[in-house]
Amino acid sequence: MNTTVAAAVSEPVSRAAPSRWRPSLSRSRKWALWGAYAGLILFAVFFLIPPYYMLVTSLKTSQQIAAIEGNPWALPWPPTVSNWLALFTDTQFPIFFRNSVIATICTVAISMAISILAAFSLSRMRFWGSATLATGVFLCYLIPETLLFIPLFQVVGFLGLMDSMWVMVLVFPTLSVPFCTWIMIGYFQSIPKELDEAALIDGASRLQLLLKIFIPVAMPGIIAATIFAFTVSWAGFLYPLAYIFSFDQMPLTVGIASTMIKADVFQWHMIMSAALLAALPPLVVYAFLMDYYIAGLTAGATKG
Amino acid sequence: MAEVSLRKVVKLFDGGVQAVRGIDLDIADHEFVVLVGPSGCGKSTTLRMIAGLEEVSDGEIWIGGEMVNDIPPKDRDIAMVFQNYALYPHMTVFENMAFGLKLRHFPKDEIKRRVDRAAAILSIGELLERKPKALSGGQRQRVAMGRAIVRDPKVFLFDEPLSNLDAKLRVQMRTEIKKVHQAVKTTTIYVTHDQVEAMTLADRVVVMNHGVIEQVGPPNELYHHPATIFVAGFIGSPAMNFIPARLSNGAGALRIELGQGLSLPVPADRTARYAPHRNKKLLFGIRPEHLTETTRTDKQNLAPITVELDVIEPMGMETLVHFRIEGTPVCARVDPAAGAQAGQPMTLAAHMDQMHLIDADTGKVL
Ligand SMILES: Nc1ncnc2c1ncn2[C@@H]1O[C@H](COP(=O)(O)OP(=O)(O)O)[C@@H](O)[C@H]1O
Ligand SMILES: [Mg+2]
Repeated sequence: MNTTVAAAVSEPVSRAAPSRWRPSLSRSRKWALWGAYAGLILFAVFFLIPPYYMLVTSLKTSQQIAAIEGNPWALPWPPTVSNWLALFTDTQFPIFFRNSVIATICTVAISMAISILAAFSLSRMRFWGSATLATGVFLCYLIPETLLFIPLFQVVGFLGLMDSMWVMVLVFPTLSVPFCTWIMIGYFQSIPKELDEAALIDGASRLQLLLKIFIPVAMPGIIAATIFAFTVSWAGFLYPLAYIFSFDQMPLTVGIASTMIKADVFQWHMIMSAALLAALPPLVVYAFLMDYYIAGLTAGATKG
Repeated sequence: MAEVSLRKVVKLFDGGVQAVRGIDLDIADHEFVVLVGPSGCGKSTTLRMIAGLEEVSDGEIWIGGEMVNDIPPKDRDIAMVFQNYALYPHMTVFENMAFGLKLRHFPKDEIKRRVDRAAAILSIGELLERKPKALSGGQRQRVAMGRAIVRDPKVFLFDEPLSNLDAKLRVQMRTEIKKVHQAVKTTTIYVTHDQVEAMTLADRVVVMNHGVIEQVGPPNELYHHPATIFVAGFIGSPAMNFIPARLSNGAGALRIELGQGLSLPVPADRTARYAPHRNKKLLFGIRPEHLTETTRTDKQNLAPITVELDVIEPMGMETLVHFRIEGTPVCARVDPAAGAQAGQPMTLAAHMDQMHLIDADTGKVL
């Protein structure tokens, strides 16, 4: 991505080369470039400090962490991976991990299926109340989960999902679907109407129109929505904390907090190791989808 | 291939806009018909009703002997080319052209054969693997036409296909479209607001205004025998001059009085036709190309008028001169060698065989 930025910035400079006012133009470009890099570096450092601290701490034994003379920011010597290994042998980390993966896959699949279909009909089919519905979808997203989890308690209990990991598959989409739908409506509306009409004349049914035209053309939007749904589920904390009490049903977020903090004893070496490993899947997913996302953005221009 | 008929077709949009107000039109097999008219006159709506993209509010549409009012677009066997091309951005040129055939389950080799043939007609053979984004406007237009050709439909529908191209390319693609029609001979309905495009492409031109058809006919007939003042003013560039006029019985013969002491003799063969309109408010209509220098010996029935010129516009092969008669601006096309000078009087010849007399109240050409 950095190379793209650099290329985009340097191209106008070389194109402007023959003109007389080149020096001032290229100087201002250079300043803009320096400014951009300075800002980016500051930003990166700021956001990389917590993960760095997590990494350093996870490589220490609990004695090293407690030692008064040690520098908490320095890499420990010798570093140890025993915490990481212990996660898999001595804790329920693998179970939490499995629960998180299942809940997230289901949440993403359900969210995308519902929001793509909802956005398709809200953006393309005019029916009674469709405009109001579209606004309603957005308003749903504005209600915070902290307001909802108490009334939802009744619903969850009624459905018999209390203390089951499947409750996450039910409640996470209530957070992700409105926003995903809202993103997808925007993308679908930016597709020119003539594209539908050309496809309809070419012989496509509504479903084929969705599968063969809308979804491929709106791929960047779908990936953005997928990332959002993934994050909602993977990082979801309040709902599982409220509805799940058994360790074997917990996702990573709640599981780590519940099993590695015993009363007021914080097992920092274990917490940091678990948190670090829990943060890996999002990293992989983002890195993988980002490539497609950017490729889709540049390739999928809808205007002919 | 098929004939197309419209029977009293009406389109009433929600909100009460009556875009099309009862159109009757018969289009023969293989014919190239152009719907032309000012923006908002209902051309696109008419075309979209034929395509099935808009429902018909009243009346009937027939394609190839079948009433298609309730048939969805995909089953009407038509192909449409849009102004903004509407190419599928995520597909290559080949896939764009093949899409309609794939959906209709054509065998692979047949699809390839058809796409190759269309690509050859349009000379886009080397673009087949590109995405629309990597094409120029003219190339996209060709692909859009290719997508229509491969389907080998009963009817081609074009909605202002050249409006997004620059002037030079537009002329080039116009020729291209004519060539394609000569090659595949599919019945074609073409919508444009550009009368030059209409005249150059059409077998028959349909002039529309305010949701109704003003006149239907071959280009030359519309040019020489417009039925209404609208058609007279719409077809031809620069536009026809309309000068308020009266008929008078001077010295036994019927004459046209324009004011400013200008008076023109009615051609003998039109006396009987015009005589009943003696007391009406009339407009004298004459095209700039029928107001020339007086030295034209190739024409008969020239009547001289002397006017004072306001503005001279040399165009190279001809010169446009502008003047006023009783305040009405008038344009004439004279030979550059005729010595026209701004601010000077000049005697022009009105070609009376090419004149029109229009009823100012009804707008009908008499
Ligand atoms: N979907 C629509 N809803 C309401 N009015 C419309 C719609 N489409 C077109 N119109 C109106 O119908 C009239 C004819 O439009 P159109 O057929 O597009 O004209 P044009 O001759 O420029 O192609 C215009 O007044 C336009 O505003
Ligand atoms: Mg139009």
